[in-house]
Amino acid sequence: MITPDIIEQHNLTPEEYDRIKRLLGREPSFTELGIFSVMWSEHCSYKSSRIHLKRLPVEGECMVQGPGENAGIVDIGDGWCVAFKIESHNHPSFIEPYQGAATGVGGILRDIFTMGARPVAAMNSLRFGPIRDEDIKDEKSRKAVKRNRRIIAGVVKGIGDYGNAFGVPTIGGEVYFSDCYSLNPLVNAFALGLVRREQIFYGKAEGIGNSVIYVGAKTGRDGIHGATMASAEFDEAAMEKRPTVQVGDPFSEKLLLEACLEAMRSGAIVGIQDMGAAGLTSSSCEMGARAGTGIEIDLDLVPQRETGMTAYEMMLSESQERMLIVSEKGRERQVLEIFERWDLDAVIIGRVTDNQKLRVIHRGVVEAEIPNSALTDEAPKYERPQKSFEISSDDVAPKISAGLKKLAGETSYTQPSALMTEVLRRLLDQPDIASKEWVYRQYDHMVRTNTVVLPGSDAAVIRVKETRRSLAMSLDCNGRYSHLNPKEGAKLAVAESARNVVCSGAKPLAVTNCLNFASPERPEIMWAFSETVDGIAEACRSFGTPVTGGNVSLYNETEGRGVYSTPVIGMLGIIEELNDITTQGFKAEGDAIILLGISGNDLGAGELLSMVCGEVSGAVPRLDLESEKAVQDACLKAIRSGLVSSAHDCSEGGLAVALAESCFSSYRKDAIGAKVDLTGHAQASGLKETTALLFGESPSRILLSVKPENVEQVKAIATQSGAACCLIGTTGGSELRIESDGEILIEGSVEALENGWRASLSSHLDRTFETTED
Amino acid sequence: MRPYDTYHVISKVIGQPVDFIWHKEEEVDRCDAIILPGGFSYGDYLRTGAIARFSPVMRAVQDFARDGGLVLGICNGFQILCEAGLLPGALLRNRDLKFICGHLNVRVENNKSPFTSAYKEGQVLSIPVAHGEGNYFCDARTLDELESEGRVIFRYCDKDGGATLEANPNGSINNIAGICNRERNVLGLMPHPERASESLLGSNDGRGVFLSMADSLREIIKLRA
Repeated sequence: MITPDIIEQHNLTPEEYDRIKRLLGREPSFTELGIFSVMWSEHCSYKSSRIHLKRLPVEGECMVQGPGENAGIVDIGDGWCVAFKIESHNHPSFIEPYQGAATGVGGILRDIFTMGARPVAAMNSLRFGPIRDEDIKDEKSRKAVKRNRRIIAGVVKGIGDYGNAFGVPTIGGEVYFSDCYSLNPLVNAFALGLVRREQIFYGKAEGIGNSVIYVGAKTGRDGIHGATMASAEFDEAAMEKRPTVQVGDPFSEKLLLEACLEAMRSGAIVGIQDMGAAGLTSSSCEMGARAGTGIEIDLDLVPQRETGMTAYEMMLSESQERMLIVSEKGRERQVLEIFERWDLDAVIIGRVTDNQKLRVIHRGVVEAEIPNSALTDEAPKYERPQKSFEISSDDVAPKISAGLKKLAGETSYTQPSALMTEVLRRLLDQPDIASKEWVYRQYDHMVRTNTVVLPGSDAAVIRVKETRRSLAMSLDCNGRYSHLNPKEGAKLAVAESARNVVCSGAKPLAVTNCLNFASPERPEIMWAFSETVDGIAEACRSFGTPVTGGNVSLYNETEGRGVYSTPVIGMLGIIEELNDITTQGFKAEGDAIILLGISGNDLGAGELLSMVCGEVSGAVPRLDLESEKAVQDACLKAIRSGLVSSAHDCSEGGLAVALAESCFSSYRKDAIGAKVDLTGHAQASGLKETTALLFGESPSRILLSVKPENVEQVKAIATQSGAACCLIGTTGGSELRIESDGEILIEGSVEALENGWRASLSSHLDRTFETTED
Repeated sequence: MRPYDTYHVISKVIGQPVDFIWHKEEEVDRCDAIILPGGFSYGDYLRTGAIARFSPVMRAVQDFARDGGLVLGICNGFQILCEAGLLPGALLRNRDLKFICGHLNVRVENNKSPFTSAYKEGQVLSIPVAHGEGNYFCDARTLDELESEGRVIFRYCDKDGGATLEANPNGSINNIAGICNRERNVLGLMPHPERASESLLGSNDGRGVFLSMADSLREIIKLRA
């Protein structure tokens, strides 16, 4: 008997239950109720977001497969395609950081190889609560900081252990910290794979009478209701949800990858889909729905890890490393033999039917019989109420100067240049800006020997051995901007990710995205979501980069406190020639330093404000998409003309931080100082405030270093592209010196700045003897 | 996967014929040399290499090594060779218990081996590591033997060649990065020479390992003829 209590436990509303009855024409069985509850969960159905996502641009010359499949696919030329996608594993990573993050990586890798593509790169976008001693103000924050440190340690180890053992290089990403992620860490995993155009596979159950084959790990009771869990807010009792988190086995996944690719090459496979969220349920009904067929499965045949599992448990299990395959009738043996050779279970569990239904049999009883459309297209769609909030346009300059005055009082730095140098040093120490070496050293970022640009530059770059091209990729979002101004924040994220791949020598090609938001049942959040979609759409149209797919993660909220709107953009770019590959560090003494773009008074929502005032407020940096494109065009043209030694985008912490980062050492490159005079640039920008000049976060700026003899050519290219361009200095020496208008603003040893920047994360996180439970 | 990395370097960079051996094969007679590449054999859930050494093919590899065939173990391959008893000692978890990936420097301690003849003695190489269990350990007597017999082939060092504590990434005893057996036909090393064999990837210092092997094989084949 299905009671209102049971319906509520399944996270379904009474109206949704009525809809189920209407669609079935009867009361659902308990198993059917479970199936509906996962397929109609926010995580699987996108019920709050679907009507908005339609506004994203999905058309483009390069597009091979847009949203709706396991991953998006674009053409990169020479008969090769790239499958790529980003997906969240936020909720599981909070409950159980290590396994949550590990299985996030496992899931996204399966999404890629389901399409027939061999995964060749992974990245991730991570957000955590504060981790520093100075963030401890009281008993509550002390507990939070210690918990945050455990979460980041577990998440990083989970990502590393899974990707390293699987054998995919984790080559980049981003890590940010803010209070709002303290009880809601964000773990977004990205993967990218290569596939020949004619070898792409789809999740379609075609061919009535064909066999349905279950392959991979056995089904257990783990992860039951994972998707439902990921579709609700958390409270204090969240830790009790630990059983809903799955356990990863990267070795099985590696075998599964090799066996699946081999089976696909054999020609005996018609369609394939991974059993991700909602496992057996989603894979069977979605494959049927895409092909307009039905699937009938007999659960007695499913390989099981435990005894006595019910139909309900098996249909909802989210055990990892499993796939569903539709094989051509008569060629099943060939498929089974391939999986046997790789020591994996492979069993025929059902067949493709013509009735467009998901039919589940267990112990001779029909446990479920549901039209596919009821679970997919007919799932509820909500146009949830929206309420706009006021976009701040406050000038934060007075707050910042008060903050700086306070800092001057606390320290002995009374000289303006000494104070500004100290501010730069502190900014470089901020966990948001500091080197992420502590993180990426734990990831094998070189396996497969394609990683041409090691982690730590603007974008990650891998070569494609099969062609002369390389791929650049970058994950970007500034949660502060999106929090204060959803639409502009989204545009800024797209612009930055495009700029990052351009700085590495690539032309931006296409986008994947992961939209992390708090509860959609709050009208302000829903409005922010809608604005974000519009912002992404506008910016992507402007760059000509279609959206190939992605993921929405809602309900990132605990005890009524939500995350900043965090739309993470994953940009893919193509580098035509190996010679075009460019990194951010200065390469030689005596090179000219050029700044493309102009600086505005953009201190709002910035790192400096947050550091000196502990505040996230003000107007977000102004973005003009036309100027942005001009700057990116100029940069890419100059790189392709062989004129550029280094290129670096200006982002958090502004120009001063970007200059310092370009000075720092990297593999086989010593640190190089710089002498910079911003007088001309400040005049051209019409900007008098030196704090904004140094630390303002105006977008659309790229820092180049070029051989002195190339300066005029670069200037000519910039003029052609319509981008502002100013010679601002020369590389060399061991100091970073920045002056403007005859006044020294910053003067410091590069080595000292670099040491702090490099050691920061480790100093907060390497605390071996901290107690583990608190 | 790492097997492809080594395969790529030998076939495309060094230009030598190379083939995969399936772990269930029982014969390796068709080979002139065997490389156990890096990777995570069986996920390394129990202890690195502890299960892989029981692979059917390992018996054949052991026979091949005892007959004087060249066997190179890289990273996980080194761990398997230790587990299989072809090399002494063991690889423990890294000193700070974390996986570590990055370029670092190793010094060629001995170039009188079939794996290092292309190098100069004392040459400092930039080669990446990527491991969670690379902390080489053995008992005092074995260590004494390894050192006195010149069987420590590679040692972690700083960029000037100093085998300092700071240059030791994982806590290995005496900064040991690679050793060979008494007969010098079996070498195990933690760094990944196949990742440092193309200048596009930042370093080709590792290429010498494969070039040395090719040279040695040419000699052996000449002798046989």
